[in-house]
Amino acid sequence: MRDILRNASLRSFRVWQRDMDVYLTNWKTEFLPPLSEPILYVFAFGFGLGSLIHKVQYEGRDLTYLRFMAPGIVAVAIMFWSYFETTYSSFVRMYYQRTFDAILATPLLVEDVILGELLWGATKAVIACSIMLGMLSLLGLVSWPAGLWVVPVSVVAGVMFSALGLVVTSVTKNISSFNLPMFLMIMPMFMFSGTFFPVTILPRWALAIAWCLPLTHVSYLVRAAVLGWTRGPFVLSVLYVTVLALVLSALALKLMKRRLIQ
Amino acid sequence: MDSRERKPAILARELTKRYGDLEAVRGVSFEVARGEIVGFLGPNGAGKTTTVRMLSCFLPPTSGTASIHDLDVRQRPRDVKRLIGVCPQEDNLDPDFHVMKNLLVYGRYFGLDRRVVRDRALELLAFVALSDKAHAPIQALSGGMKRRLVLARALLNEPRVLILDEPTTGLDPQARHAIWERIRGLRSHGTTVLLTTHYMEEASQLCDRVIVMDGGKILLEGAPSGLVEREVGRTVVEAWNYGDAFVQFLRALPGRLEEVGDRLYFYPEESDHVERLFDQRFPQQERLIRRATLEDVFLKLTGRALRD
Repeated sequence: MRDILRNASLRSFRVWQRDMDVYLTNWKTEFLPPLSEPILYVFAFGFGLGSLIHKVQYEGRDLTYLRFMAPGIVAVAIMFWSYFETTYSSFVRMYYQRTFDAILATPLLVEDVILGELLWGATKAVIACSIMLGMLSLLGLVSWPAGLWVVPVSVVAGVMFSALGLVVTSVTKNISSFNLPMFLMIMPMFMFSGTFFPVTILPRWALAIAWCLPLTHVSYLVRAAVLGWTRGPFVLSVLYVTVLALVLSALALKLMKRRLIQ
Repeated sequence: MDSRERKPAILARELTKRYGDLEAVRGVSFEVARGEIVGFLGPNGAGKTTTVRMLSCFLPPTSGTASIHDLDVRQRPRDVKRLIGVCPQEDNLDPDFHVMKNLLVYGRYFGLDRRVVRDRALELLAFVALSDKAHAPIQALSGGMKRRLVLARALLNEPRVLILDEPTTGLDPQARHAIWERIRGLRSHGTTVLLTTHYMEEASQLCDRVIVMDGGKILLEGAPSGLVEREVGRTVVEAWNYGDAFVQFLRALPGRLEEVGDRLYFYPEESDHVERLFDQRFPQQERLIRRATLEDVFLKLTGRALRD
């Protein structure tokens, strides 16, 4: 561990910069999903499903389904954009393109590469979530300026899911193996983390499990910010996400280093 | 020459790499002088690639030491990598960028100034005859072009030591000769070159010295020409469709006889009169009398069994 801290350096920015350059080269296709996703969700769930639901009781207040659900899809986007980047995309760079090998022939060390990838995954989440926030704002679904709190949340949560993705990548032998954690971990989290319905309507035991899922805390924080609620017991969730982000980052560095250097 | 100049460019002492029970490299020691071109020869699995990957800081040695220009590969990996250029066995050009951008991004990893990199990149593209491909996507390049671009990329940081792992494997003769020409061109710059190959011709064309490896060990080393004569002599006789009388005849001559499948190899100690002797005694015998090559040395040392 001490090795890792000593070896990681600002050079990891060069790896981040490489990924950013690719992203900007393909910006047209990269920007489309975060722009169109909120519209699709809003129509399908907000107007479609929402018209069947009179109102949602959340934290003692009545909300329309659309207002309840909108922050949920932002939280989901943070998870998907960072997790997918450091699983499928990092795997392609590592395994098929041998991009990491090429970088390791330069003064960068393996820690720089891993850290650069981790930060890039988080950056992708921040970008996507900011674009979505803008779109939802156009639909009048975001309160400002409290909505700005979503950005720092997306930074920390982005690092967390990005690190989670790298941990998964470090133990994945081939690209189709990503399906397993996808269906056992990411999809359940996507559906049961207070994203599309309040976790409080779950049975007691399921509620306890839901609060163990990192996305539950992220959607709780994002929803509070988007709805403009600046008072509440946020400290625990902030702490949970931050600590998990640090622990998973350390684990990602350790495991990816083992994977890359044999 | 001061004492610094005389120090070797590459120094390896008892370098060992173990993977569980498998010992890929078993205590190899060697030196490469500054400005020298040295080739590592050996069949697949001989330990060549593992050795050069340890020298270029990709793999930590299990034991032993290696240094480049006096910098230990384990203690000072960043400084070592600043001094070397690496051309890996498999192309790992960045497929997300076009040719020029590949070089620009690579230069950034070295922390080089953008303008300096641009100028050098243009020079290097001219050097490897790819100037007209500067904005081509990597996918549009042929195998030989990719190889040349990898070579250009390896030279971007003006390395003092160039490490080439099978630089011409899978290339057609034109592309191979183009790469050789470039490598020879580097000699005049005083660049030290370490390359691995299993093309004997490549080694004899390029190298001042070859090091033959097998089973993770160095079997022998020396200048290509002297090595051939010392190990197998000057001449090789290959014969096929032969009878017992011919085999008996060769057995009586001083030299080494080897039978592989339905082919006979004879390495005579005295090669001057061999041809005349054959013409007198076995004029009808189908045979080929040729100069011994590095390939004969290689096969003598590492055997003829297939390696995978």
